[in-house]
Amino acid sequence: MFWLLIGSGLSASFRPAGAVNGPDYIAYFYPGIVVLVLLFTSIFATISVVNDRREGFLQSILVAPVPRWRVVMAQALGGTTLALLQGLLLLLLAPTVGIQFGAISILLSIGVMALLAFGLTNLGLLIAWRMESTQGFHAIMNLLLIPIWLLSGAFFPSTGVPGWLAWTMKLNPLTYGLAAFRHSLYFDTTANAFGEGPLWTLSLLITGLFCVLAYVGATLTASVQTN
Amino acid sequence: MLRSENGRQEVSLVVDTEVLHSITTEGFRQPTVSDSRIEVENLSHAYQKRQALDNVSFDVSCGEIFGLLGPNGSGKTTLFRILSTLMPVTSGTVRILGHDLATEVKAIRNLLGVVFQHPGLDAKLTVVENLRHHGHLYGLAGKTLHHRISELLERFGVADRAKERVEILSGGLKRRVEIAKALLHSPRVLLLDEPTSGLDVTARRQLSDYLGTIAQTEDILVLLTTHLLDDAEACDRVGILDAGRLVALGNPDALKAQVAGDVILIESTDNETLGTAIAERFRVSTVFTDNQLRIECKRGHEFVRDVVATFPDEIQTIRFGKPTLEDVFIKLTGNPFVEKKDTEN
Repeated sequence: MFWLLIGSGLSASFRPAGAVNGPDYIAYFYPGIVVLVLLFTSIFATISVVNDRREGFLQSILVAPVPRWRVVMAQALGGTTLALLQGLLLLLLAPTVGIQFGAISILLSIGVMALLAFGLTNLGLLIAWRMESTQGFHAIMNLLLIPIWLLSGAFFPSTGVPGWLAWTMKLNPLTYGLAAFRHSLYFDTTANAFGEGPLWTLSLLITGLFCVLAYVGATLTASVQTN
Repeated sequence: MLRSENGRQEVSLVVDTEVLHSITTEGFRQPTVSDSRIEVENLSHAYQKRQALDNVSFDVSCGEIFGLLGPNGSGKTTLFRILSTLMPVTSGTVRILGHDLATEVKAIRNLLGVVFQHPGLDAKLTVVENLRHHGHLYGLAGKTLHHRISELLERFGVADRAKERVEILSGGLKRRVEIAKALLHSPRVLLLDEPTSGLDVTARRQLSDYLGTIAQTEDILVLLTTHLLDDAEACDRVGILDAGRLVALGNPDALKAQVAGDVILIESTDNETLGTAIAERFRVSTVFTDNQLRIECKRGHEFVRDVVATFPDEIQTIRFGKPTLEDVFIKLTGNPFVEKKDTEN
């Protein structure tokens, strides 16, 4: 919904730099929306940790002889599954914005989506394991997650923005996740339809690294926060 | 012992004793009494400002049902969280069946079955599915797990509900499934946090019967927390907590015997004046609790007769009874058995 409303509204006044006569804004915005859905589903899947840790199912798991890295891995894979299913639903809409898939492109897109979902779920876990209340979690959401999405190139490309903003976008790990997803969507057709972004290999590399770091971070947090 | 002036010999002697020590403590350790006990020594725990547990020490043996009794905020939840390995030991020592809780958490987790106050079951899954997941967590699988599940469901009288979702079960049935779940991996120690909360009288009595049977037939150590005096009465031994301190420890009957004779409760329009008057006249100590005057004395029936004869107008209600654990609590702490303002966590 969000994507249709904003995308259609802005497409008249906004044309991404470097794609003057290319696809319209709604097509530019499409990968960003998929990433947004992945981001929200992944992170919201982890919110239950906050309450469950104090009262509920998770307590019985915490007193069982199971190492924390396995608990976190299971939680991360659970969140990833949920997010991926949501993402796949949206992926079905891709042809409506003129994206033509080949088999490789589909497989790559799904792969990148899974990677992103896994990294983001772990980011959520990293936060959730520290939180004492769900209110605190929501505060972090607004403070951190919305900005990293806005500044990932999902909403506007980094070309033509002020220097400091361009740098912030360059340092944002989600920029590379989004770029990797964009690349994989258009893998079979022309290389990059929307101006300059991070390279395919670099994007994939950084996204992978982000996954590993987020997972290790989440595991360490879980270990520190529990006995 | 021979003392050598040769430095090298001395060094080798030290190494030898170390080896010897490690053999005696690890290699050939004899089973001792502590292998079937929970031993808590000088356990203290403080949250930022508040002292939740203050120098608590007690022992519990296998085959015994031990109740930790205390009003809300007395520190029993903190103690429970420490024993169940959710929170680390920060001061003092706890040994569970011979394992140090501070250093051997993993070994201890295998020996523990834990029932939390808040439901630890996934309401959207069936009874069997819940138990199966739990079994996997403890490394059980296949036929062994299957048999163990049927056996426990049978014993707790929930076999006919095995395929139903947990959310549609009654509170009493859920609690039984929880206990079946906690016993699935045949733990030696069963810890229960407020197991009777939310249960009606019948379910409560049933539960206490089940626990008694388990403790005796399987030689399991059962430790439960409760703020209900009735529950505590059903335990073999009770530890009473007040403001983080263990104020009493022993068999419920033995504890009640500490209270001299009978307990008399009096209600009147002006408790304070009447209390002073009674104290002067009969030379007994009076305590105010819950708008009541509480008097402890021997030969209570005679005292009641005399006190009613002396103050016929002032006394509105007078009750006379044998001491309960509540009386023990009041005698030891001087406070009524109610929730503290400063709640836990």
